[in-house]
Amino acid sequence: MEHAAEGLPTEHRSRARPRSELSVRAREALLAYALLLPSLVIFAVFAYYPLAQLVRYGLYRPSRFGNGEVCGGPANFTKVLGGEEFRSALWITVKYILYTVPPGLVLGIALALAANRKLRGIKVFQTIFSSTIASSAAVSAVVFFSLVNPKVGRFGDVSWLSLSKGSSALFGVSLSSTWQNLGLTFVIVLAALQSVPDEVLEAARLDGFGPMRRVFRVILPLISPALLFLVVVLMVGAFQTFAQIELLTSGGPAASTETLVFKIFQRRSPGRISEGAVMSLGLFGLTFVVTMLQIGILNRRVHYGD
Amino acid sequence: MATERNAPGTRKLLSDAVSYVSLTALSLLVLFPIWLTIVRAVSPPFEYIEAGQPFLPVNADLGVFGDAWREGGLGRAMLVTVAIAVVITVAQLATSIAAAYAFAFLRFPFQRLLFGVVLATMLLPIEVTLVANVRTIREFHWLDSVQGLTAPFLASAFGIFLLRQSFRGLPPELRDAATLDGLGHFAFVRRVVVPLNRPAIGSLALITLLSAWNNYLWLQAITIKPEWSTLQLVLRRVTIQQPDRINVGVAAAIISALPVLALLIVFQKQIIRGLTAGAVKG
Repeated sequence: MEHAAEGLPTEHRSRARPRSELSVRAREALLAYALLLPSLVIFAVFAYYPLAQLVRYGLYRPSRFGNGEVCGGPANFTKVLGGEEFRSALWITVKYILYTVPPGLVLGIALALAANRKLRGIKVFQTIFSSTIASSAAVSAVVFFSLVNPKVGRFGDVSWLSLSKGSSALFGVSLSSTWQNLGLTFVIVLAALQSVPDEVLEAARLDGFGPMRRVFRVILPLISPALLFLVVVLMVGAFQTFAQIELLTSGGPAASTETLVFKIFQRRSPGRISEGAVMSLGLFGLTFVVTMLQIGILNRRVHYGD
Repeated sequence: MATERNAPGTRKLLSDAVSYVSLTALSLLVLFPIWLTIVRAVSPPFEYIEAGQPFLPVNADLGVFGDAWREGGLGRAMLVTVAIAVVITVAQLATSIAAAYAFAFLRFPFQRLLFGVVLATMLLPIEVTLVANVRTIREFHWLDSVQGLTAPFLASAFGIFLLRQSFRGLPPELRDAATLDGLGHFAFVRRVVVPLNRPAIGSLALITLLSAWNNYLWLQAITIKPEWSTLQLVLRRVTIQQPDRINVGVAAAIISALPVLALLIVFQKQIIRGLTAGAVKG
């Protein structure tokens, strides 16, 4: 209370007389740190501390007698990362990327090329093509459950997407991801296409480029930064897929759809956390490579200033 | 518009016709799974299979949506989902606006380093930190609680980055003018920065809302009691536990997608702007 009463005249005085350069800058820095504090606390507790914990859990494992922890050391890392479980998870994850990213990209480009026209009613088609944005991973998984589930699915007996066979189950699951991502892929490619200047296309037409050559020689190269960005987004999305796998196959049959994230999820309990932590660090390595690619792309396209 | 210009008459008409045919074909491809889902929902499962699983509804019965609502406990699940999504969105807007303001308008030691610290969290998505974070939440006794369900998402590098880029689009003289007018930092943010950056802030809000609504892995990892299930988690239970009554499962999926669909239709422009941020603008 007293301070508040005192505060007023001080304010006036400081405004009347220019404050020293140092104190202004110190106050600005203090304000900045105060504004950053909430975000930094969240990042510290839920991003950086866990990273350190992953390393610790990876090095130690619970002792056989359940009292205290035994140091497994770096050998723990090589054992898990070189082990059959991790390698098969990695391979299944890579296959999932191959099943979802290229077909999704091609379909998304096709939709965007078709919808990038000045036609009556084109907005209706654009809305339809972007509609799968409204579908979450779980919703798209339920939609495809009713299509490909071996017992009740409308196409449950089609052999090349059957969820009851190890050789085709992953592909069956991947259809739901591909479909779910169509909307996102479409809107990103369409936005890129709309930024291509009409004069460029007109010039290509005057040079005698047919529609096919215009697409492959002019349009796609011009929007390649957006396509590259999309590839990264879809890849990250693919190796983070979880809901579709849990809902459609629960990792089966015979572990043929256990991706890396699925295996990590299964190893979150205290008894298996050591193995789960090493696998998480493996996933971190993957994320690192792909995100660096993404930041590299952003860096080239966005000005950071200074 | 373009269609009205009838210089090369029939050729234009023909190419338009080809466009419409291909657009319609592609629409059918995209909508096919949705259509079959609706057919599935409204057709009683036994009769549908008896009829040979046609592409049209059999003995359509809209009561299934009521059944799904009751059996799935969708009312409660929707409440939990909305609560979590609102908490995450409001908090993330507040933390992102604050941090983005500091990075865009203030000068302070270690500015670049701290910005790097923020951006580097993009390398640590919840999938990577899951097992360690689950342990933290367990130690905090935050399983089955709003804090537990939301805490890791209360701040995001994407939000800070997006808003910082947008804030930096304002002319620097604005801040000087505001200072001359005696506007403090808080008043400047409230009266100038936020109103002038409404598009970016709106896009961020919608994108955050969508991803909070659709979140699955984290919630699945830290909810034990069914009453803390969000819509996404309920979908799994309803579908997997009774595949013979798949109509109820898909009806629940349709109900849970409707609010998002409404949002998408009303705010199409803003959502698309948020989704394409970083891809196109440079």
